[in-house]
Amino acid sequence: MANRVLLITVALVFMVVFLVLPLISVFAQALSAGLGAYASSIADPNVQSAIWMTLTIAAIAVPANLVFGVCASWCIGRFKFPGRNLLITLIDLPFSISPVIAGLLEVLLFGLNGLLGGWLSAHNIQIIFALPGMVLATIFVTLPFVAREVIPLVQEQGNEEEEAAVTLGASGWQIFWRVCLPKIRWALLYGVLLCNARAMGEFGAVSVVSGKVFGQTDTLPLAVESLYGSYEIQAAFAAASLLAMLALVTLVLKAALEWWHRDELHGAKRKKAT
Amino acid sequence: MTTEIKISNVSRGFNGHTVLKDVALTVRPGELLALLGPSGSGKTTLLRLIAGLDAPDAGRITIGEDDATSRHPGERGVGFVFQHYALFRHMSVFENIAFPLRIRKSPKPFIQTKVAELLKLIQLEALAQRYPAQLSGGQRQRVALARALASQPRVLLLDEPFGALDAVVRRELRRWLRRLHEEMQITTIFVTHDQEEAFDLADRVVIMKDGGICQEGSPIDIYQHPASPFVHEFLGESNHIPVLLRGGFVRGSDGWELGQAELPDGAASLFIRPHHVVPVPAAWGSWRVARVSATGAQAHLTLTRGAMSLAAAMTADALLESGLQAGTAAEIRFTGGTIFAESRSGPIRLGQGLSLAARA
Amino acid sequence: MLPGFAPTLAITLLWLFVIVLGPICVMLWFTAGMGWSAFLKEITTPRVLADLWVSLRSALLASAFNAAFGLLVAWVLTRYQFPGRRIADALVDLPFALPTAVAGISLSTLYAPDGWIGGLLAPFGIRVAFQPAGIVVAMMFISLPFIVRTVQPVIEDLEPEQEEAAHLMGASPLQVFLRISFPAILPALLTGFALAFARALGEYGSIIFIAGNKPMVSEIMPVLIMQQLDQFDYQGATAIGVLMLGVSFVLLFAINLLQAWVRRRHGQ
Repeated sequence: MANRVLLITVALVFMVVFLVLPLISVFAQALSAGLGAYASSIADPNVQSAIWMTLTIAAIAVPANLVFGVCASWCIGRFKFPGRNLLITLIDLPFSISPVIAGLLEVLLFGLNGLLGGWLSAHNIQIIFALPGMVLATIFVTLPFVAREVIPLVQEQGNEEEEAAVTLGASGWQIFWRVCLPKIRWALLYGVLLCNARAMGEFGAVSVVSGKVFGQTDTLPLAVESLYGSYEIQAAFAAASLLAMLALVTLVLKAALEWWHRDELHGAKRKKAT
Repeated sequence: MTTEIKISNVSRGFNGHTVLKDVALTVRPGELLALLGPSGSGKTTLLRLIAGLDAPDAGRITIGEDDATSRHPGERGVGFVFQHYALFRHMSVFENIAFPLRIRKSPKPFIQTKVAELLKLIQLEALAQRYPAQLSGGQRQRVALARALASQPRVLLLDEPFGALDAVVRRELRRWLRRLHEEMQITTIFVTHDQEEAFDLADRVVIMKDGGICQEGSPIDIYQHPASPFVHEFLGESNHIPVLLRGGFVRGSDGWELGQAELPDGAASLFIRPHHVVPVPAAWGSWRVARVSATGAQAHLTLTRGAMSLAAAMTADALLESGLQAGTAAEIRFTGGTIFAESRSGPIRLGQGLSLAARA
Repeated sequence: MLPGFAPTLAITLLWLFVIVLGPICVMLWFTAGMGWSAFLKEITTPRVLADLWVSLRSALLASAFNAAFGLLVAWVLTRYQFPGRRIADALVDLPFALPTAVAGISLSTLYAPDGWIGGLLAPFGIRVAFQPAGIVVAMMFISLPFIVRTVQPVIEDLEPEQEEAAHLMGASPLQVFLRISFPAILPALLTGFALAFARALGEYGSIIFIAGNKPMVSEIMPVLIMQQLDQFDYQGATAIGVLMLGVSFVLLFAINLLQAWVRRRHGQ
């Protein structure tokens, strides 16, 4: 029907204007001075160190929240106890808090005038404006990602197989490793994927706690801001393009997981196969 | 390996609701025992307590020589088969059965032979590399059983093992389990709500209701001598006729004389099995055949007189011989029944050959 | 009788406390330390109130636009088949996956007077970048998926029989939608709206590049907090932070209620 075509067209035009154009713009701007300029922007030592900083932070934050997510899924998904629902809500808290607030919290704790500030400077430990602070801020912001993928799945799958393993004499670790892990591995991967995308792309929280010294305590998103602010537009977009590619890879892997392993992700993720 | 199980004064409650109340039971070594009862009777809870998947609020459970009440399920020497099999979906049939052996770090050659043995026992050698999702319900159940047996338990517990299967598969597996039990002689307890299944399989049946044991005994015993109206009705269809006892006579509600019984005066309940209700075609009979339905070898009739109705059962052949049809007038003879008098607990057998006369 | 409850619960609680709850408690303690009147003074300065209004108004507009367009996109993606549908569906998650700074500079460049879109609008006198309107555009970008993903499952579950029955009784497609489909979708749409609103309020990275960041005109709350931190005005920053937290909690509560309503309506 004409109606249908009209609706589809409007929807697609909207999506192109609002979603696709910004994405294409990133790459167009990055390559606006040619491939050579693009390559040298990326190879710039400051950008390189920012990449390295981003990777390091993600390498710490993601595994940490992975362990957290697994532990949370075990105690919350398999047992009933008072306050369980409150705990689930609390885990979702970082989702609803502005990233700037996350950074603010770190500053209040570890900043010069913060709660632990005096003690830290007396012992010459640097948290704010250094890697530890940035890692903590990132961990705060990405805390829920793995947990909220695995907890509903574990609840859906139930405890029967694990109980059977108990009757067969398996220890707690054996049960987790041999019986539980194979069932949740795809959901874990999905959670890690989203967690990583957020960890590498986090801007607001890290912005507050970073020293913003370009070349030393900048992550890639901060480097983007730095370059853009100093009107090195093409370089800024070159750095941004790396992050955009990360986003695209994340989207592709996410779609792949949803397509091939939809049975092993929790119910809300299973879209009808149309 | 024959082990006795002793359950002493075990109680369990959830959220203020009592599920098991002061239950005491001894399971004899090598016995095949059925826990039979409607849902909510506590039978599955009791089974799980024996397995150690749950802990009693009070009481003790002894398995063999050991007091198992606070022992971890893995240490009780118990094999448990879940209602929905609980097979490890990411492991092949072989790996599922091998699991308890791998857990104990048994040497590889031993695992190979033991699993092969069990696969032969359950007759699924060809499916060793399949995954649970690729098996039928009956096959999965057999794998679950083999897995429970792999750890060489001294006691085998089955929770509604055939509940999720269709009738034909159920009957096959029942026979198979019976044969297995005769071969292995492991003390076995299974939970079911299906009276036919319990009676077919078990050496002894324990009937449970509302967290307590109503009656226990061999299937024949219980059927012939039900201890209460509940048991009588639970074990099969029955006609329930409220009666009055006066001077040794048993009378129905509209005054018809049913017979005699040596009982003190008072109200009572008469329960008669449909196959003990024998309708005889008679032109003067005050009963009318309201409905006839033939389900294969058995025929069921519904007879009415006024507001009363009785269910009768006979073989299909007997039905043909009798010439009874819908609308036929008939007289009724009872060939057996049980009275539960309210002034006395327990059943009293009725005499044979009571004949009902038409009375106003 | 599963093992591992105590250790996993301990780790979960410990981690949650050290990372999230502890710091929040510290912030609340700080605020308590400044006294009620000082707190009120901080959050009622003209600049704070004006910026609050900018944040709220922009988030409201953005969420409202997204509610309309997001519903359309969700409807089209769920109900119709067309080439590239799967790709379009995957693209909806782009704002989730794209780092906010990247979105920020991209939108800023796009809507600047010499950008691809800004250039098209300039002749008409429409300015987006560095104006309050830019804030709305950026908020729309990052909160679109919240609406689409919340509404999609509900649309999927709509029963075609109801719509067919209405057609048979002579209703036009629009009437069918308004009277039958839309009321069923409404609770989820409101939930998505609330989620989008909450996200838009707290957003920082995608907005600061395209907004003018002019105090009282095009400055959002998070930017204000940043400013005060830069000037070491911890007290002011904390007060506003607590204010934002308060708003977040209220929204979270409202969202939970809405989600419970959706679940009840949906019969899950």
